[in-house]
Amino acid sequence: MAGLTLTVVSPEREVLREDDIDMVVAPGIDGELGLMPRHAPLVTQLQAGTLRYRSGGDERYLTILGGFLQVMQDTVTVLADGSERSDEIDVERAERARAEALRELEEARVGGDDATVIRARLALLRALARIRTAQRAGRG
Amino acid sequence: MANPLELRRRIRSVENTRQITRAMQLVAASRMRRAQDAADAARPYAQEVLGLMQQLVAATGDDLLPPMLQTRPVEHSAYVVMTTNRGLCGALNTNVVRQAMEDIEESRASAEVSLIVIGRRGRTSLARLVPMLAAFTDISDRPTAADITPIARLVMDGYLAGDFDEVQVVYPEFVNTLTQRPTSLRLLPVVLPEDADPRDADVIFEPDPATVLEALVPRFIETVLYETLLELTASEHSARMVAMRAATDNASELIDALGLTYNKLRQAKITSEIIDIASGANALAQRA
Repeated sequence: MAGLTLTVVSPEREVLREDDIDMVVAPGIDGELGLMPRHAPLVTQLQAGTLRYRSGGDERYLTILGGFLQVMQDTVTVLADGSERSDEIDVERAERARAEALRELEEARVGGDDATVIRARLALLRALARIRTAQRAGRG
Repeated sequence: MANPLELRRRIRSVENTRQITRAMQLVAASRMRRAQDAADAARPYAQEVLGLMQQLVAATGDDLLPPMLQTRPVEHSAYVVMTTNRGLCGALNTNVVRQAMEDIEESRASAEVSLIVIGRRGRTSLARLVPMLAAFTDISDRPTAADITPIARLVMDGYLAGDFDEVQVVYPEFVNTLTQRPTSLRLLPVVLPEDADPRDADVIFEPDPATVLEALVPRFIETVLYETLLELTASEHSARMVAMRAATDNASELIDALGLTYNKLRQAKITSEIIDIASGANALAQRA
């Protein structure tokens, strides 16, 4: 049985294109989403998180900063707002971003406006997505 | 011009100028390649977004289309005009501004017009002509998708709030190194090209087509703006490269011409000195 073809694109570049993939697990908007070959056609939103896929015996990881996923005839296409392979993640920078976002959230709790809270929360989610992806890949 | 010393000084100054224009030409050439690479890298995402938009529009009922896909009578137009921050790139900005003014004059016949300018060049030349809503002059030479976010926000919020009923973008399309064509494009309301091969209709949408479409439209707007911004960057550097090559060639020609004049002058001087000496010697010989 032929495997899946996985393509991950972000606005600035194509992050990944790989054939013969056994399984993809993506951060769907309503929870994790497992995809195997011969999956029904599907279009869904993604939230910030980790996308993992298995090919041969290996499992690999990508950060997804929200976006969309489409399954069509054994081709999985991810349109990510941003995405990095686990080996591209700058863990230190993500840690700093997490600390910064937490600090902003703390400050905003005392009389900050909604926009600041939303922005800080999004930044926190992005930082966490990166950190967790790196951790799962055995880095950091 | 008859003074040889003056001529030599002039030649040296033109040589310095040529050195600068040649350096600028080389820098522009490498930046142009980089800008083209960035445009190539951005294409896969843009194609996927377009394909997904078409699929979602087909799956969403006409009455459920998000506002940014619905046309309404145009009483107020917004123009996004893309120009460069720096000059020395030939007629690039002049052409874009001229195209923009033509379009704006046409729109003004039936609607009010507001202006959003990208680039210092356009801001300077358009400031007196059209009321300006905003100007973005701090976009880097290597634009990222994040650079476009404030501009996209501005036009989308304005459109949704009813401040304007359509958004046009005027930018220099990069055709090739020698040609950059000023181009107008309607950004809002979104009108999609016909889907060449409609995809399978039996698709599961999570949560539902209208919701996904609503979330995707802003990405689509950002993508279109990002692509035009990359076109602008590629156009800028290729126009500058060509302009600087012409300047370098002109400087070389000028140096040749000045060199010829200088040599003629020098030879004339030598000739006249020889005549002086010869006639002096002759006079002495005759006396003897």
